[in-house]
Amino acid sequence: MALARIDLPQEARRGELVEVRIVIQHPMETGFRRAPQGERVPRNAIHSLVCRYRGIEVFRATLSTGIAANPFLRFFLRATQSGDLDFWWLDDDEVQGSAKARLNVT
Amino acid sequence: MKRREFIGSLTALAVSPHISTTDPLVYSFTKGRPVRPGRIKLEMPALAENGHSVAMTVRVDSPMTPSDHVRAVHLIAEKNPVRDMAVFYLGAHCPRAEVSSRIRLNGSQQVVAIAELSDGSFWSDAAYVEVREAACTDGG
Repeated sequence: MALARIDLPQEARRGELVEVRIVIQHPMETGFRRAPQGERVPRNAIHSLVCRYRGIEVFRATLSTGIAANPFLRFFLRATQSGDLDFWWLDDDEVQGSAKARLNVT
Repeated sequence: MKRREFIGSLTALAVSPHISTTDPLVYSFTKGRPVRPGRIKLEMPALAENGHSVAMTVRVDSPMTPSDHVRAVHLIAEKNPVRDMAVFYLGAHCPRAEVSSRIRLNGSQQVVAIAELSDGSFWSDAAYVEVREAACTDGG
């Protein structure tokens, strides 16, 4: 379950405000839902998410089942230098996920 | 004490009208410090067709400088089985204190957002969302 889409502007000027959007493919299973056969589907939600820009943490969130399936997040960061935006997350099944996007700063 | 002064002192206490500060969940991060209304804005639709995915944006009025910034934003749903929905950790490096997401709502209810600022103060806002079809009805 490591599918994610990151939306970033193609490039940004140094010092510019950059809007970051990410959608992660994840059921965010609440633990209240029942499968067609009647058994309870165990809870499994992404509970931690970190975003690092050039290795420095710029955003962190602790989530719960109160976040909709395929969690969407949008936040801002300041463009400093060209570099990678690394997302990392962990769910209740201890499954890690990650996604990467490149930000070009001119 | 005159009556007018007394009423004035009550507003000086500035208790959040949105949530009780003795609520165990709120107390877990405020440690009893006052939560005042203002500085934070929680934007949600007034009516949601279903509670599976409702758009949410929180915005905090803060210059986001090393001496004055938002540390965290807590999001609480009053009627969800899991009330602490999310905590977003920001900091002086964030140029704008604004976060959006999509949340689940188990029926019509008030959602509360509490911002924790670098000076240790807490600010709150709430939004009431009318939900036509709840998110957790399925087999619940």
